[in-house]
Amino acid sequence: MADAVRVSVTVNGQPRAAEVEPRLLLVHFLRDTLGLTGTHVGCDTSNCGACTVHLDGVSVKSCTILAVQADGAEVRTIEGMAKGTDLHPLQEGFWAEHGLQCGYCTPGMIMAAADLLERNPDPSEDEIREGLAGNLCRCTGYHNVVKAVQHAAQLQRRGEVPEPEVSKTGQETAQELAAKGVGA
Amino acid sequence: MTQAHNGKADGRHVGQRMRRKEDPPLIQGRGNYVDDIALPGSLHAAFVRSPEAHARITSIDASAALARDGVDGVFTGNDVDLESGLPLAWVPPGIEVQAPEHWPLVKEVVKHVGDPVAVVIGTDKYAVVDAAEDVIVDYDPLPVVTDPEAALEGGDLVHPDIGTNKVHEWSLGGDVESALAASEVVIERRFVNHRIAGAPIEPRAVIADYRAGDLTVWSSTQIPNFLRLFLAIQLGMTEDRIRVIAPDVGGGFGSKLQIYGEEILLAWCSRKLGRPVKWVETRSENMMASHHGRDQVAYVKMGAARDGTFKALHVRIIADLGAYSLFLGPLIPSLGAFVMPGCYRWDAVRTDITGVFTNKTGTDAIRGAGRPEATHYIEIMVDQMAAELGIDRLELRRKNFIPKEEFPYDTPVGMTYDSGDYQGTLAKLLEHIDPEQERGRTAEGKLRGIGFSTWTEICGLAPSRATGPSTLGVQAGLWESALVRVQVTGSVTVYTGTSPHGQGLETSFAQIVADRLGVDPQQVRVMHGDTSQGPQGLGTYGSRSLAVGGEAIARATEKVVEKAHAIVAHKLEAAPEDIELREGKFSVKGSPDKGMTLAEVAGLAYIPEGNLPDAMEAGLEETAFYDPDNFTWPFGAHAAVVEVDPETGKVDVVRYVAVDDCGTPINPNLIDGQIHGGVVHAIGQALFEQVAYDEDGQLLTGSFVSYALPSAAEVPSFETARTVTPSPVNSLGVKGIGEGGTIAASAAVTNAVIDALRPAGVDFINMPLTPMRVWEALQEKGGAPA
Repeated sequence: MADAVRVSVTVNGQPRAAEVEPRLLLVHFLRDTLGLTGTHVGCDTSNCGACTVHLDGVSVKSCTILAVQADGAEVRTIEGMAKGTDLHPLQEGFWAEHGLQCGYCTPGMIMAAADLLERNPDPSEDEIREGLAGNLCRCTGYHNVVKAVQHAAQLQRRGEVPEPEVSKTGQETAQELAAKGVGA
Repeated sequence: MTQAHNGKADGRHVGQRMRRKEDPPLIQGRGNYVDDIALPGSLHAAFVRSPEAHARITSIDASAALARDGVDGVFTGNDVDLESGLPLAWVPPGIEVQAPEHWPLVKEVVKHVGDPVAVVIGTDKYAVVDAAEDVIVDYDPLPVVTDPEAALEGGDLVHPDIGTNKVHEWSLGGDVESALAASEVVIERRFVNHRIAGAPIEPRAVIADYRAGDLTVWSSTQIPNFLRLFLAIQLGMTEDRIRVIAPDVGGGFGSKLQIYGEEILLAWCSRKLGRPVKWVETRSENMMASHHGRDQVAYVKMGAARDGTFKALHVRIIADLGAYSLFLGPLIPSLGAFVMPGCYRWDAVRTDITGVFTNKTGTDAIRGAGRPEATHYIEIMVDQMAAELGIDRLELRRKNFIPKEEFPYDTPVGMTYDSGDYQGTLAKLLEHIDPEQERGRTAEGKLRGIGFSTWTEICGLAPSRATGPSTLGVQAGLWESALVRVQVTGSVTVYTGTSPHGQGLETSFAQIVADRLGVDPQQVRVMHGDTSQGPQGLGTYGSRSLAVGGEAIARATEKVVEKAHAIVAHKLEAAPEDIELREGKFSVKGSPDKGMTLAEVAGLAYIPEGNLPDAMEAGLEETAFYDPDNFTWPFGAHAAVVEVDPETGKVDVVRYVAVDDCGTPINPNLIDGQIHGGVVHAIGQALFEQVAYDEDGQLLTGSFVSYALPSAAEVPSFETARTVTPSPVNSLGVKGIGEGGTIAASAAVTNAVIDALRPAGVDFINMPLTPMRVWEALQEKGGAPA
């Protein structure tokens, strides 16, 4: 193993540092070194987008970037999207519109969509589809992913995230489950 | 079979578009997939896989790998002592199915690219990959068999010890030759239904932890109970010492309905080394080592009277099963034979299947498993016949549909369709799409086509009497189980033997239970995917989880309700039959003010103090095992509108309408979601996806760079609608919808492309309808029409 190098990054607002192999991928740094397992790996050719995170505010595929390249950068992952108990509008959108099934592509999809909405707060369906073309989903056929992003765009434009419509206890369940780290 | 559970549901949640209970952790990055689990002291595994399609291993030199820091062991095929090899679970009575030896690591001869030759175990997941590269394997290449039809004609053999490349022959149906002879018009087509991958976005992953005689295996699998059984058999253990956990599973699509060598081998390694061992498949490994699906050549003859009355359908399938007979691989084409009559009346239908070995990855169930192929053949043949006879293709369908009055309907292949209304789904489809209007929208310079597919399929797997060892030959009962436990506070935990991995069953099952117990679905927790919890079950595949697993849950819940009624009746001094569930309380009919909530009933059940009827046991939980009487047969009518660019051959699906009937809907969001995803899986096969090998057996589509999964930019949004024809088979009236979209859609898209190309003289074409193939077909006919 080559000599370890020190990598310092700010992840979801927290300063984090570690000695790592120079060849360590950013996605493995996040998952294995920092324990942030919400960012997933679905391929080895940067096609699927399951590993999408934000690097200095721009969405990147973290399987294509070395951890050392992120040295000094701000990284945001799916774990940094909700504010306390308030879901991010995209998280709310994906939940409300049944925008996920197995959930494996979802964190990457949400991070890519967040970048899209940052650049284009009111995208058309075609713009959403083009904007998410680097994120593959095998479950949803993308129909509800598009609706989820539209839902979130609308919430963001209105500057609000309403309570879930069907069950008010859902939000509490979300927090409770997340606190326990319990999977579905 | 009793139908005693009908009509008892309160009905407040069943049928509602409830948000999923599964989602909160998943949308916050707090899911729990196998790769998210890190056990202290865990080792990592990496595989050395064959780059050759067929070759004898002449030597393996692992010394350089073993010399590396952090490498704990390198094992090859002859190091691994197992009680038996990987299983084939299908043994049809009276039919020989060849099942060559298949070990987790090859012992002498590799049979396909990706066949595992050695495993490297070490402390660091990067280091074991380096070490695997250091394992030097010498191969002596052997002749490679890739063309399934040529393979049947003799010549080189995949398994010389077996003496033939034929895996098996299997037939279903009657005297189709007479019916064809009596037909005024007979047409014949050759189909290639090419090989595709399941390609769940989460590749496979396994952790095995053997300690002091007990084995725990986490696996990204659809079948944890089957896996436990085969771990026991192959490792020489008993099931009571083995726990299999399928935590969050990132999609399966049939590709995780398999007993994989890596699962068995990691358990063996953990036992050998006394430490946990973890392996996560790379996508490149997934493309070469997870099973593929489809890969059939079919010769189809269809006979009809000149007036359009269908007479006979004869389908001869050559199924490329790859190098080994996998878990259910040889059985898969037979699932197509069961639905070969489609939605129509025939004098005779027959399917003859020949399985073939080739030097490719094995094939097995991929979403739809045999039925997408069958529906593809039927629905394209119907359109071909319509063109031959000069009869409108929808009129031809209507003329031959089984009328709804004739259900339950006995088909000429010995199946009984439970219920159906094929005219109804087609009529509803045509409320949404007008073919003539669509044709009028043709863009300048483009060819526009509209295609239809009216489908039915077999799901609700399975009635054991129809599929068991003495009938179809599956070496298992395919019942399902449920345990419904009311805790003392009135919260409810449901244990299911199904193993959902994206279907949303935690939500739909909770809806079913909540209505029957008068509680909110948030109070109902559904547990699955852990063999140490709840009764045994058979897993999730074949659109069975609601129709079989859901019904088991309904029945267990009804037993709880029955006990609750007895407890309430005793307490309130009424007769049990006079107790009803009303506004969340078990109350005496006519006296709604006198009632008890589930929590109050549970209080009495767990703290009896003499409040229970004589001889009643304390507690409030019940188990049910449900083995259905029949399969269920969902159906529908789909329409695809495509636009073809004649200059490039590129096909765009510009509109897609799906009207489906899966019986009583439990959660319409989940149904729509299954349709969307299923349709895109089939659009993928029709237009983009193909697992391709060259003639040397080299895999040409070894990653997502070359295996073209559709992205959001390549598919449209969908229009979905439903009719509701309850199944009489189960008390819920449900049929299953996990595969219907996939089963319907490749034919709809292909028929649409043929419809678009027909003015140019192209009247038949096989998938995948890539730009090159479509362009070439047009060129053969002299290019696009002016």
